[in-house]
Amino acid sequence: MSDTPMSDTLSTDAAPASGAAAARPRRRGPAIARLRDLALVPAIIAVAIVGFVVNPVFLQSDNIVNVLQSMSEVSIVVLAETVVLVAGKMDLSLESTFGLAPGLVAWLVVDPAVTHGLGLHVLPAAWAVPAVLLTGALVGAFNGLLIVRFGLNGFVVTLGMLIVLRGLLTGISGGKTFFALPASMTYLGSAEWLGVPASVWLSLGLFAAGIVVLGFTRPGRALYAIGGNVDAARAAGIRTDRVLWLTLVVAGMLAALAGLLISGRLAAVPAAQGSGAIFQVFAAAVIGGVSLNGGKGTVFGAFTGVLLLFMILNVLTLAGVPAQWTNFLNGAVILVALVLSRVTGGKAQT
Amino acid sequence: MSAPTVEAANITKRFGSTVALADAGITVRRGETHALVGRNGAGKSTLVSILTGLQAPDGGVVAFDGRPAPPLGDRDAWRRLVACVYQKSTIIPALTVAENLFLNRHARGPARLIDWATLRRDAERLLAQWSVDVDVRRPAATLTVEQRQFVEIARALSFGARFIILDEPTAQLDAAGIRRLFERIRDLREQGVTTLYISHHLQEIHEICDRVTVFRDARHVLTAPVAGLSHQALVTAMTGEDVSLPEATRREIPAGVPVRLRVHELETRSSARLSLEARAGEVVGIAGGGSSGKVDVAEAIVGLTRPAAGTVRVDGRLLRPGSVPDAIDAGVGLVPQDRHREGLVPLLSIAENVTMTVPERIRRRGLLSPKRRDALTRRAITELSIKAEGPQVPVGELSGGNQQKVVMGRALAADPTLLVLVTPTAGVDVRSKQTLLGVVEDVRGRGTTVLVVSDELDDLRICDRVLVLFQGRVVAEMAAGWSDNELVAAMEGVDLGHV
Repeated sequence: MSDTPMSDTLSTDAAPASGAAAARPRRRGPAIARLRDLALVPAIIAVAIVGFVVNPVFLQSDNIVNVLQSMSEVSIVVLAETVVLVAGKMDLSLESTFGLAPGLVAWLVVDPAVTHGLGLHVLPAAWAVPAVLLTGALVGAFNGLLIVRFGLNGFVVTLGMLIVLRGLLTGISGGKTFFALPASMTYLGSAEWLGVPASVWLSLGLFAAGIVVLGFTRPGRALYAIGGNVDAARAAGIRTDRVLWLTLVVAGMLAALAGLLISGRLAAVPAAQGSGAIFQVFAAAVIGGVSLNGGKGTVFGAFTGVLLLFMILNVLTLAGVPAQWTNFLNGAVILVALVLSRVTGGKAQT
Repeated sequence: MSAPTVEAANITKRFGSTVALADAGITVRRGETHALVGRNGAGKSTLVSILTGLQAPDGGVVAFDGRPAPPLGDRDAWRRLVACVYQKSTIIPALTVAENLFLNRHARGPARLIDWATLRRDAERLLAQWSVDVDVRRPAATLTVEQRQFVEIARALSFGARFIILDEPTAQLDAAGIRRLFERIRDLREQGVTTLYISHHLQEIHEICDRVTVFRDARHVLTAPVAGLSHQALVTAMTGEDVSLPEATRREIPAGVPVRLRVHELETRSSARLSLEARAGEVVGIAGGGSSGKVDVAEAIVGLTRPAAGTVRVDGRLLRPGSVPDAIDAGVGLVPQDRHREGLVPLLSIAENVTMTVPERIRRRGLLSPKRRDALTRRAITELSIKAEGPQVPVGELSGGNQQKVVMGRALAADPTLLVLVTPTAGVDVRSKQTLLGVVEDVRGRGTTVLVVSDELDDLRICDRVLVLFQGRVVAEMAAGWSDNELVAAMEGVDLGHV
């Protein structure tokens, strides 16, 4: 049986699900829950049309790749946050991990002789990438220790971690920017595979993996059960603590990888890398239909959320909006996108 | 004859100093629908948790089909022996029905990925097997209470058990839903499923059960075929004898005493209806079972909910519908149904809780005066004999009985002219019960009208008269001196012929 024919969904969904009509379950295409996933698609199409009208360059492949690359790093953090939110927790510290993981490794790797005294040059450059991922995993594991093991409030714990990790990066860098990164650290962020930046392939690949894991594996579905009703999940035999802990570790690793990509693209790690990004990350996830109360939302939905945000920003850039207005517009875009998804999705965002 | 499906003998279970089950037992025969009845605190829930392997008894043995029960840790073995639908739902609202049915045991295909098509077919087959008519693709949140229950029954039975415990399944259902549930239970019996049906609604027992076991005060009282047992005999078995608590003496309210409370054709959103007049110093009971609408009526009177129609007047003043501040202003004091949810702020001190509704009484030159607050609180502590070291103790640290006294203290702090008590002694010990009910006697002496909304006979015994609600209508009015059987029968909607 085929799964996702769009037209089938719309027509059968209109049929009354009550009385005699519901007597026998029929083939109905994807579940209603999955319709929510496609809620932003009309908005994305609308923005594409507007963008094309504003400037025909918008739909050219160069510009599309440009949009995908500009969102690739943040989108991976959105993926990480989505996984955590679905499990009913929050992780604010992801934005600091995004900066700290590559920053810490750069500090260990770069040669102070080249960079006017910045760095230790104690770690071989070949170890840089595993070290970045390990840093992210350790941050996640520590979050898990406080949240899962000691039962502390996730919001406050990760807020504390956000500040601590940012402070750590500022401390080791003296507030300066790490540069002269080894090729091993810049490769992923700057390489092109088949004419498209590697970071685009990576982010798309990770989202595809996320869709499969959250939609088609028991541990993935366990996240939804835990976020929806943790007692019921435990009653169904799910090891809730272990799953949550693992979730936080994976989220930390994803944020670290995203940080590595942007460091590679810019060939530098500023002390403020990722600072303030978490708000955009939350906004993208919520616009994409992920609930802040847990148990609701999909990876695909989160992807459409980031995509919509960055498309709108790109249209504004093409329209020649001055850079000083970027923040104002960023916030306005988030609010408008929320309203849009409320209108098209029909359900209040929580 | 084959071994009974379940046999529990000489079960004893203690929680601290309280005995939840004392040498109690139950035997359920294969294929029967067996009722377990008893009033609150009789030990029903404790027995359920022992029969489903959630708790181990301190003494006694449980056997299924003649074989001893599996060890507590082996959840799968328990689930193959006994299915249970608890009062509290264990469905995850955001997931589909199909996924809820197979949570953490999803069908998997190649690469261990979940095979949703097979999962849905399994779910459809499972629901069809128990003739549950629900589309498995719907999110569980869209199910009605009744459908959710059917889904839970199917899931519970899908582990292989042919013995199911239904713990007060009708508590949230309307009459039509209850009828359909009974059809379902009869169907299950025809398919060879044994049922243990827990309830305190006698009507239901007579309708669908073969035999009944009665528990009272942690003990087994009787087991008998339902057919040979009259309602009256069941009621007697359930109520037994009670400890001595305050009772209203028969007295006439003089005709000259003014009417204090006038409830005129009040209709709640749950369409329970009540009209009532009560004089100063009169204590009126409003009795009824769980779905009788008694609490809805009380909440509409005090303004916690907005009624659909009707008026409430206190001393001639018309209360604004759905406004608690207006009710407090008119002199209404309330002890709400659930002290944890509506009655107390556990982290705040006794003093702050008691004086929460009367800030003007503890004000001095525009600011709250801790001195006045403590003085007012000390009065409450003495009057209600609250056991605490002082007014500053956080309420969360008190025992249940003392917490309830704080709630009562808060209701009394404004010297109310109308005091509404909703299940005022729920979950408190006998001594606290005595104090709480004794206070009513003092209060009515000062001319306050008291409404007691409860299904506890002890609470109702202090009333001059009791109005009995059944399915939202007043079905009886009884003057003080009623017999337990009469009142319980009326609350169950049974006409004993001499009401």
